[in-house]
Amino acid sequence: MTGSKRQPRHHAYTGVPRWIYTLAVLAALVVVLPLVAIVGRVDWANFLPLVTSESAVSALGLSLRTSAASTVLCVVLGVPLAVVLARGRFPFLGLLRSLVLLPLVLPPVVGGIALLYTFGRQGLLGGTTEALGLQVAFSTTAVVLAQTFVALPFLVVSLEGALRTGGHRYEAVAATLGASPGTVFRRVTLPLVLPGLASGAVLSFARSLGEFGATLTFAGSLQGVTRTLPLEIYLQRETDPDAAVALSLVLVAVAVAVVALAYRRPAGAARRGASSGERPTAAAAADGQVT
Amino acid sequence: MTFSFQAAVGERGFDVSLSLGPAETVAVMGPNGAGKSTLLSVIAGLIRPDSGRAELNGRPLFQLGDIPADGVHVAAARAGAGDDRWTAPHHRGTALLAQEPLLFPHLTAVDNVAFGPRSTGTPKGRAKAEARHWLAEVEAAHLAARRPPELSGGQAQRVAVARALAADPGLLLLDEPMAALDIHSAPLLRRLLKRVLADRPAIIVTHDVLDALMLADRVVILENGRVAEEGPTRQVLERPHSAFAAGLAGLNFIPGTLVGDGVLSRQGLHVAGHAEDPIPADRAAAAVFPPSAVSVFLTDAHGSPRNSFQVTITDLEPHGDQIRVRGDGMAADITPSALADLGLVPGMTVHFVVKAAAVSLYET
Repeated sequence: MTGSKRQPRHHAYTGVPRWIYTLAVLAALVVVLPLVAIVGRVDWANFLPLVTSESAVSALGLSLRTSAASTVLCVVLGVPLAVVLARGRFPFLGLLRSLVLLPLVLPPVVGGIALLYTFGRQGLLGGTTEALGLQVAFSTTAVVLAQTFVALPFLVVSLEGALRTGGHRYEAVAATLGASPGTVFRRVTLPLVLPGLASGAVLSFARSLGEFGATLTFAGSLQGVTRTLPLEIYLQRETDPDAAVALSLVLVAVAVAVVALAYRRPAGAARRGASSGERPTAAAAADGQVT
Repeated sequence: MTFSFQAAVGERGFDVSLSLGPAETVAVMGPNGAGKSTLLSVIAGLIRPDSGRAELNGRPLFQLGDIPADGVHVAAARAGAGDDRWTAPHHRGTALLAQEPLLFPHLTAVDNVAFGPRSTGTPKGRAKAEARHWLAEVEAAHLAARRPPELSGGQAQRVAVARALAADPGLLLLDEPMAALDIHSAPLLRRLLKRVLADRPAIIVTHDVLDALMLADRVVILENGRVAEEGPTRQVLERPHSAFAAGLAGLNFIPGTLVGDGVLSRQGLHVAGHAEDPIPADRAAAAVFPPSAVSVFLTDAHGSPRNSFQVTITDLEPHGDQIRVRGDGMAADITPSALADLGLVPGMTVHFVVKAAAVSLYET
């Protein structure tokens, strides 16, 4: 009940010791203070010209396009993967899960190198892609691939959590009512985990938008082709710190919007109980790094 | 025979065979962990048994593994594992109604009920019309537009009944459908089930002897994954052959072997009684008597033809306007004033006395 938050009718016992509040405030400061600092450093007079420069607009546009593409790719590939991880029963399932989640903890630059040796000219699949007339490395496709690589686990973790919390009792009942596995998936499983899927997709989008290390390593930094907003900010920091700060603020604003979207409690969720799994799991939320 | 079933699940120690006639309703009862839910899951196709076979209205549900070579199935057994057959849950026509309604939370009541017909290819408009018909049938027509969170427990379970019926199941499986309902909703649903189960085959798992009496033609008692006893409900309750059924009927049940004019229990207790049908000596038999026939004394008041047992009281509990005294697997009903006079407390040793004429003996 958000309405009663400010004026609790009774002071219900919470059992939280006082020193916890001190440390909690400190933790909040660690996160909030840098944001305040960046807002304070913005050159508001020139803010609009700075964020609408040709290179900035080009970078922002590229970032939005590639992030949208990689989010779509994450949904298309991540939903089946999450379903298999949550419902499948075969040996090495645990190992597969660990491997799939690896990009969550892997330094993105390492991911970039790995991608380079997969899709690069000398890479594992380099010959195949070249034969098809595709030059993947250092192209916009590479940007999308790098973003998908780092963002996929976010969707998988979020969705797998939702699938597990929901359990499969609804699916069992649907089957006994005569629904084939395809119908059950389309009409029962997907609608039930939709909140989890949505927050997973939003998180994937955010992770893609912030992707830096893997992109720089695997796709390079070519304006209009592979130079996304984070790369542009990093570059501008050398020559025009004011532009870098202004663009950073744009990304902060986007991040705030994304978090608000992902953690918004859907109407009716409270009544439906805790089964909807609309919140991403701690593992997904824990990885906040941008580079 | 509408439905025949035999299956074994090794790891659960489950081995049950069961059959149903047309429009017959069978109540499955038994202690927790006896295999009641496993039975329904195997029938519905949610658990794959190690071996067995089942048929519903002439269509095979499954035929798996080594079928016992009892002469009838020898040919099938010879055919070997290559002859295994398995019908997927959605092709079985065995709708399952669980303890919780499990209505799909993203669909309205009417769309929930229309789910079965829609899944089997009925066009949307006709499926909705069918759904409304079934909602009316369970007195829930006015709830059609509501979403599951807006329904009370009893309303949701009624909608779930309509949803199961709308799927037009060849066999309806009910897993304690009344267990999660409050005391006001349960009678309404029970009345409703009595009406809709009258002309269709169903298996109902229940803990409530009232369900068995009102809804079922026959009761099957499961114990440790096996059928302990089965028969017409009234007969099972009047002459229980298992401790569980005796408990349901509220009777004292002392199994043993026939010795002299009574039953000698495994604990060495001899209970004298009378047998309506003569029982040959040394046969397995049981002495059965109601708690109301038992008197409680502080001292041994032995006198033929009475049975007197020394009992250590474990529990005292109200039972109607009587007090039920329990101890050593037996129960006696006494009046509250008798309780006060005797000053009974748990841990006390007393004597349960019952006339031999009040004890029935029969073969088990």
